[in-house]
Amino acid sequence: MTPRMAKALINGLLIGGTLVALFPMLWMLSASLMQPGQANALPPPLLPAHATLYNYHALFVHAGMRRYLLNSLLVSGAITLSSLALNLMAGYAFAKLRFAGRETLFKALVGTLAIPAQVAMLPLFLMLKPMGLVNNYGGVIVPAMASAFGIFLVRQYARGIPSELLEAARIDGAGELRIFLHIVVPLLKPIMVTLAIYTFLTAWNDFMWPLIVLTGQEHYTLPLGLASLAREHSTDTELMMAGSVVTVVPVLVLFLALQRYYLEGLLLGSVKG
Amino acid sequence: MNSQRAAWWFLAPAVIVLCVFFLVPVIAACGLSLTDLDLYALADIHNLRFVAFDNYWALLHRPLFWAALWHTVYFVAAGVPLSMAVSLCAALLLHSPLVRCKPFFRTALFAPVVTTVVAMAVVWRYLFNTKYGLVNDALGVLGIHPIDWLGDPHWAMPTIILFAVWKNFGYNMVILLAGLQAIPAELYEAARIDGASAWRQFQHVTLPMLTPTLLMVGILTVSGYFQLFAEPYVITEGGPLESTVSVLYLMYDEGFKWWNIGSASAIAFLLFVIMFIVTTCMLRITRETDA
Repeated sequence: MTPRMAKALINGLLIGGTLVALFPMLWMLSASLMQPGQANALPPPLLPAHATLYNYHALFVHAGMRRYLLNSLLVSGAITLSSLALNLMAGYAFAKLRFAGRETLFKALVGTLAIPAQVAMLPLFLMLKPMGLVNNYGGVIVPAMASAFGIFLVRQYARGIPSELLEAARIDGAGELRIFLHIVVPLLKPIMVTLAIYTFLTAWNDFMWPLIVLTGQEHYTLPLGLASLAREHSTDTELMMAGSVVTVVPVLVLFLALQRYYLEGLLLGSVKG
Repeated sequence: MNSQRAAWWFLAPAVIVLCVFFLVPVIAACGLSLTDLDLYALADIHNLRFVAFDNYWALLHRPLFWAALWHTVYFVAAGVPLSMAVSLCAALLLHSPLVRCKPFFRTALFAPVVTTVVAMAVVWRYLFNTKYGLVNDALGVLGIHPIDWLGDPHWAMPTIILFAVWKNFGYNMVILLAGLQAIPAELYEAARIDGASAWRQFQHVTLPMLTPTLLMVGILTVSGYFQLFAEPYVITEGGPLESTVSVLYLMYDEGFKWWNIGSASAIAFLLFVIMFIVTTCMLRITRETDA
């Protein structure tokens, strides 16, 4: 094979693969702009005959999508901020502070990563009920306020902070909290961005636990609202595609804007877990 | 404040959250799986009885549990190798020095990973619709008769596997690409000097150097795929003829639809034990190949 042919073959295969990867998203966008009923024509059309925003209008005005969108933003935002604070503190302590039982506790923490979250769901539901957290945003937010994976990620990164820097501050008489806020946090900024995107995306896309704990429609996040719409309106293809667009676009935009941090974190998290 | 005490202050919030909202429930699940906690016992706790391993025993005699386990194993056994193969092919293509616009291709191929499972599963349902779906339309162009993807019990699980591969291959692709980039160029140079063809270079340099990464990625993918739930919930609702009911789907129905908490906890624990055995075996293999 000549180098020229090889080049054409490799780039051609990549273009084909990319088309397959992007096609469902592109079709979703295209169908969301079709007039009601157009997608169910034979043969199925690829592009809208007359593009319209009617489906988006219907979603937000009649189908409660505005509420779901706000719920998703609220829940994912609260989880991101609170778990960022808690994981950052714990990850730093594991990496840089000396205390009795550090290695044992860390091993136990990593061990919990092997337990699937679903094992905890039934008792957790029974526990949250008397606490008034069932069918309440808190039921989704509170259990997600710390994550073993997040702590692990921060610890891996924070081990790179030179100890001399912290010692020097201690000799100068700085308190531990001051050291954390003024020296450690600024140094951890890159991993904070990574962890924030990762947490936000996970919370946004989460389905099973919110499905269990959010029992009333007024608290539904986008995936829950969409799943329930899909069961009611299964024949309204265009409406469902608009709902999918509203659900997917925010996370896709976030990823495209900050993908460097996301991909770095992905690699850091997968190095010898 | 000494640093020992400070450390505990820094740790306390996260450790408390993880203990109260994860560790305690996991232990409680183990306990609940040994009771007959159901709707009656939820109404009046005096109805609660300790039944030892009765829940587990009953499950092992229930055809639907075995069916759910079989569907899940099918999904893992077919889905993981397929996902890994696609990820590896994509990573190898991206790693080629002949590729133009590499960052574009990498981002585009990774994009499905960040999308919402539920939203894309809804899209999948329409793409694979027997009559109006574009997939059957495209197959029709090739002269293939329409397939009843979501209505035929033989095709429903393969449709879900295709979805999972499409959705997830980009994740492992990025990790494998980093693994490929970490292989020292001298190894390829030495192989070339010895006259090794591209295929033999792949066989004798790339694959052995990439094996640890492949195994690690494989273990993570296996444990992820065992937790199949949202895809069948949205795409097929467990059907047709319960052919896509996974273990977690069964746990969800048993626990949160019928409120048989004891039995549902036993299902969750059995899944955990199975996952633990499978991933431990894979880890063993990894250690042996490392040594």
